[in-house]
Amino acid sequence: MISKTLERYTEHPEEEFVVYGHRACQGCAEVLALRLAFKVFGKDTILAMATGCMEIISTPLPFTCWKLPWIHVAFENAAAVASGIEAGVKILMEKGKIEKKDIHVVAIGGDGGTSDIGLQALSGALERWHKFTYICVDNEAYMNTGIQRSSCTPYGAMTTTSPPGKKSIGQSTWKKDMPKIAAAHNIPYVATACPSYPYDLFAKVKKARMVEGPSYLHILSVCPTGWRIPSGDAIKYGRLAVETGVFPLYEVENGQYRITHNVKSLKPITEYLKGQGRFRHLTNDTISKIQERVNLEWEGLKFQCGVK
Amino acid sequence: MKTRKGIEVSIAASIAAKLARVEVIAAYPITPQTHIVEHLAEIVAEGELDAIYINVESEYSAMSACCGAAAAGARTFTSTSAQGLELMHEILFIASGMRFPIVMATVNRALSSPLSIWGDHSDVMAARDTGWIVLFCENGQEVVDSIIMAYKMGEDRRVLLPVMVNLDGFSLSHVIEPIELPSQKEVDEFLPPYNPLYTLHPDKPVTMGAYGMPELYTEAKYAQETAIINSKKVIIDVMDEFGKKFGRYYKPVETYNTDKADFVFIGLGSVNENIKTAIDDLKTQGKEAGLINLRLFRPFPSDELMSALQGKKKVAVIERVMPGGAKNSPLYNEIASLAFANRMTLKMENYIVGLGGRDVLPEDFQQIYNEMAAKEKAEKVKKDKNYTVMRVRA
Repeated sequence: MISKTLERYTEHPEEEFVVYGHRACQGCAEVLALRLAFKVFGKDTILAMATGCMEIISTPLPFTCWKLPWIHVAFENAAAVASGIEAGVKILMEKGKIEKKDIHVVAIGGDGGTSDIGLQALSGALERWHKFTYICVDNEAYMNTGIQRSSCTPYGAMTTTSPPGKKSIGQSTWKKDMPKIAAAHNIPYVATACPSYPYDLFAKVKKARMVEGPSYLHILSVCPTGWRIPSGDAIKYGRLAVETGVFPLYEVENGQYRITHNVKSLKPITEYLKGQGRFRHLTNDTISKIQERVNLEWEGLKFQCGVK
Repeated sequence: MKTRKGIEVSIAASIAAKLARVEVIAAYPITPQTHIVEHLAEIVAEGELDAIYINVESEYSAMSACCGAAAAGARTFTSTSAQGLELMHEILFIASGMRFPIVMATVNRALSSPLSIWGDHSDVMAARDTGWIVLFCENGQEVVDSIIMAYKMGEDRRVLLPVMVNLDGFSLSHVIEPIELPSQKEVDEFLPPYNPLYTLHPDKPVTMGAYGMPELYTEAKYAQETAIINSKKVIIDVMDEFGKKFGRYYKPVETYNTDKADFVFIGLGSVNENIKTAIDDLKTQGKEAGLINLRLFRPFPSDELMSALQGKKKVAVIERVMPGGAKNSPLYNEIASLAFANRMTLKMENYIVGLGGRDVLPEDFQQIYNEMAAKEKAEKVKKDKNYTVMRVRA
């Protein structure tokens, strides 16, 4: 089992595939997540990207910061495009038109491109069992278009389309649980990750790359611009998300849930919420409500993972 | 010795895709396209075609998967109708903008609402300016031949554009016609394997689908437009080459009995067979009418149409789509624009027929002829509409 060695994963591949010249905001943890992930995916990778931050920061014609074959077609279809690439490469190898080798297809979407507009295409591609990895880089809102709420925006958060006001607490719905939706397709591998924990991320990418069939990685990608935090604090907030139980790191390997970074006792969520401009309007009532929910979900996850 | 056999046109269309040795098929079922994709699924399931069939979860993903497969370098095929074509509408523009030579059989059907599974041209007319090469078929033989030719047109390095082959839902897709199916050997001789210019492959990374800033977008679209305008020459070459190889010659614009007549019908698709019947019937009454059949709709064959219109006085433009608030239906507007730019004085009338599967009979075209003949002198100005909807209970 690969999972046994997960904690001791210390390999750090040197080669870079997401290189200089991109136009991401200062302190963007999303492009960092991809930079780390593609170190492990390596050279023999074809990338299909949904419209979004990572697309517009990386490829203004005629420039690119990708050293990999890369395609962008539209917003809601990265998984469908990846399906076509996987099928195309496979049949061309079968027919002997291109040399047989292990080429991996990766599709990438933001939280909007994954949990909202791209959910159908993703579900279809997972169900059809294409051998590919889907990465959701989740910065918890439509940051590319100017911080509008998505179904992955957390409860209470302020965005430009979920503004707090006399009759609004901010985002009024709970974050959609995308990893569990992916896991419900009974695919071989699902995991959450965060670039604040690079070795955990490396190990999960490696597993996602190795399984036969589809795999799904949900990467929390702290967005200083949208979260209203200093650009130097992205790593810190990624860690706080994990330490407070807001975003637990776990994996689902062939249906088996496993917490990959156990937190013995969760920090209070106020440590995570404070300092984030998007939460600064929260009342104590709302904060307690969020704390209750986080506790409930954390206990549920521990139960699923058999952790006491 | 060539033999023709009775076969359902949809089945023949799927055999044409097989003969073209398509490598990736991504399709989602919708009436009346279903027989095409069902039979292709059978062909792949039986191992008669070395291809991967992706059962996508929507037409949106069908076209998206075709883009991905084409980008990987595979020959791709899909088929749809009506709502399906509308659902993939966004990706139609991207397929042409990214220059993927995807071939799609569009089995023409009415658009909702009201829901109608029956035929007309609402679907293709909503997709006519998406940058695809658009062909219309009058009969089953044309469907088979057009699908085979479509790959040769689209994959030509001077073209690199997707091609839409239109066939009317039910009235063509579901009828059994005598069709000559070429042999695999003949098709292989005519259509070489797809040799893409660029592909997604780790050994030679390329970026596809980068976004265009204002300083580049216009140039990118201009290059694309130039490609579709220039594709006409290749389309004609492919039609000629096909004729030499298979003995069936096609042209972007075809005519029937236009030498003797100064009255012509202009139509698209299978309705033209009924128009021909009407023309034959009119002839027995001593009346002469001709037909101009547009096989090629995009790029618009202006020169060929101008030649066909030389010396004509009256034109009945027959269309199977509501103008939707426009002055006239799309083909009429385009011909009127062509006539105006060339200072032609044509008496043009616009007839809307066969919406949502409404029957269109040869008698209707005789009636149109007689109406327009009677209107020789006093042309009445229509107050509210510039077109006539045939057989409507207003």
